Amino acid sequence: MSNKLITLENISKSYDNHLVLDEMNLYIRENEFVTLLGPSGCGKTTTLRIIGGFENPDTGRVIFDGKDITKLPAYKRQLNTVFQKYALFTHMNIAENIAFGLKIKNKSKSYIDDKIKYALKLVNLEGYENRMPDSLSGGQQQRIAIARAIVNEPKVLLLDEPLGALDLKLRQDMQYELIRLKNELGITFIYVTHDQEEALTMSDTIVVMNQGYIQQIGTPEMIYNEPENAFVADFIGDSNIIDSIMIKDELVEILGTKFACVDTGFGENVHVDVVIRPEDIELVAPEEGTISGVVTSLIFKGVHYEMDVMANGFEWLVHSTKMFPVGEKVGIKVDPFNIQIMNKPASEDEEAAQIEE
Amino acid sequence: MKNKFVKWLSLPYAFWSIAFIIIPLIMVFYFGLTDKSGKFTFANILSISLPVHFKALLIALLLSLISTIICLLLSYPLAMILSNLNSKNNKLMILIFVLPMWMNFLLRTLAWQTLLENEGVINTILRAVQLPALKIINTPYAIVFGMIYNFLPFMVLPIYNVLCKIDKNLLNAARDLGANEVQTFLKVTLPLSVPGIISGITMVFVPALTTFVISDLLGGSKILLIGNVIEQEFTLNSNWHLGSGLSIVLMLFIVISMIITAIFDKDGEGSAL
Repeated sequence: MSNKLITLENISKSYDNHLVLDEMNLYIRENEFVTLLGPSGCGKTTTLRIIGGFENPDTGRVIFDGKDITKLPAYKRQLNTVFQKYALFTHMNIAENIAFGLKIKNKSKSYIDDKIKYALKLVNLEGYENRMPDSLSGGQQQRIAIARAIVNEPKVLLLDEPLGALDLKLRQDMQYELIRLKNELGITFIYVTHDQEEALTMSDTIVVMNQGYIQQIGTPEMIYNEPENAFVADFIGDSNIIDSIMIKDELVEILGTKFACVDTGFGENVHVDVVIRPEDIELVAPEEGTISGVVTSLIFKGVHYEMDVMANGFEWLVHSTKMFPVGEKVGIKVDPFNIQIMNKPASEDEEAAQIEE
Repeated sequence: MKNKFVKWLSLPYAFWSIAFIIIPLIMVFYFGLTDKSGKFTFANILSISLPVHFKALLIALLLSLISTIICLLLSYPLAMILSNLNSKNNKLMILIFVLPMWMNFLLRTLAWQTLLENEGVINTILRAVQLPALKIINTPYAIVFGMIYNFLPFMVLPIYNVLCKIDKNLLNAARDLGANEVQTFLKVTLPLSVPGIISGITMVFVPALTTFVISDLLGGSKILLIGNVIEQEFTLNSNWHLGSGLSIVLMLFIVISMIITAIFDKDGEGSAL
């Protein structure tokens, strides 16, 4: 992971007066697996389409490998896309599909044949040359779409929710497959998804987007453990987001009760958002907890129990391997390290973005 | 119980097919394969080789072929434009396009007769602005013109339908893989629209080949198409045997066209009118 391969500078885009991307700045390094993550309509697919050359930004520049490619049409760009619904050419067999880009570049027949073999081996579909796309399952079609893209040796592979149409088990298998592919090919992947689990599993870097704004950029661990705002915390995994007051460094008042925490530098008596992950809450006997409440619901989830605990007028979401029946009085204890303090949204834009969500 | 009821519901259709499709077909074959005394003969069918009949068939084939090709050349770009319009505009455009089809075919052709006549509307206007008048009525050009005018929508709609069905992502995928606009069209759009083209060709070629109204009204009685010959055998000469025999020959061409359509048009785009 070294130099910046793609840089987006002040990219804005709107459709029919509806702003989809607002002054977006982003850079992507070589050999990085970057995921653009966000709910539908957050601008992630538009960002990908601008990088791919299928949309022109209203303002801003796209820099690729040091060159401005903002005005360059899609067919002249050194990157390839794997589309959401595979977009295989139904009138061609698998070999013809994979050869499409190479034939346009007038490669020799032996080169093309070698590439087809290599690509099919890479996606574990050897011997499928003469099949038609319609006769393949969704997962197989997706692999062919990937093969068709990578034979062109792009520097960057763009993937637009490629696993969206697959069932859960297949989706998980394909996630590992994609990580393997990325490592074998040694190229940059830019991946668009609304599925936070996919993003956490595969990415080197996650870009969380909402309402045309980048909410946070970071490694999966950073995004999960230290969300920068309530939107990120809420979108990535389950969480308890509570309106609180920072009394002073390392002390926060949550729902009228003081909790020790580890964050500093927020000032004194400042309104903040507190995020506590449900698996970080420990349920204990009522007198041992920092606050106490009553279990209001209980669901068995396999790995853990999911419980709602009503305490100080807030319904706390708790994941625990210990089971407490509905109606039982329990105490709530949180390790100071697991209390994540976040600034309230600063600008009106950010605020609006979060409320609309 | 329910099955029985459904069966009864199909009765009117069965009656319809028997009365108006199957019986007439049997009659055509009966008359076509017999002479006036009722004896079996191939003479009626073989009479297509008579110069007057053969010439009529050739002219019909030639004119309908020319019309079909011109229709295709006009329709394809039009269908592409229509399929690329946003949905609000293209509904209106399609409506404007289909509107004339709701008027009677005979009336529309008669209208063109009035327009194209030597002393007709168009020539009157041309003379008024000191331009030379057109001598188009009663020529093969007028017949081709009438065929194109009447059958153009039958070419546009099937092509428009297949073009609309092409996933825009396929075009993006082609561009993504390095194909420019021309390559994308030749390698993706055109091959994927073949079923629509074939449907369109059949739906223009078959009625154009068999028409006698257009050639009657716009070609005068100077140019006989095979349709006119058959019509005259039935009406003027009252020779149903010969008329049926020639119809069977014509039917052969229609069946061939339909077989070609069936091979290419598996999804039934052509029937989506």
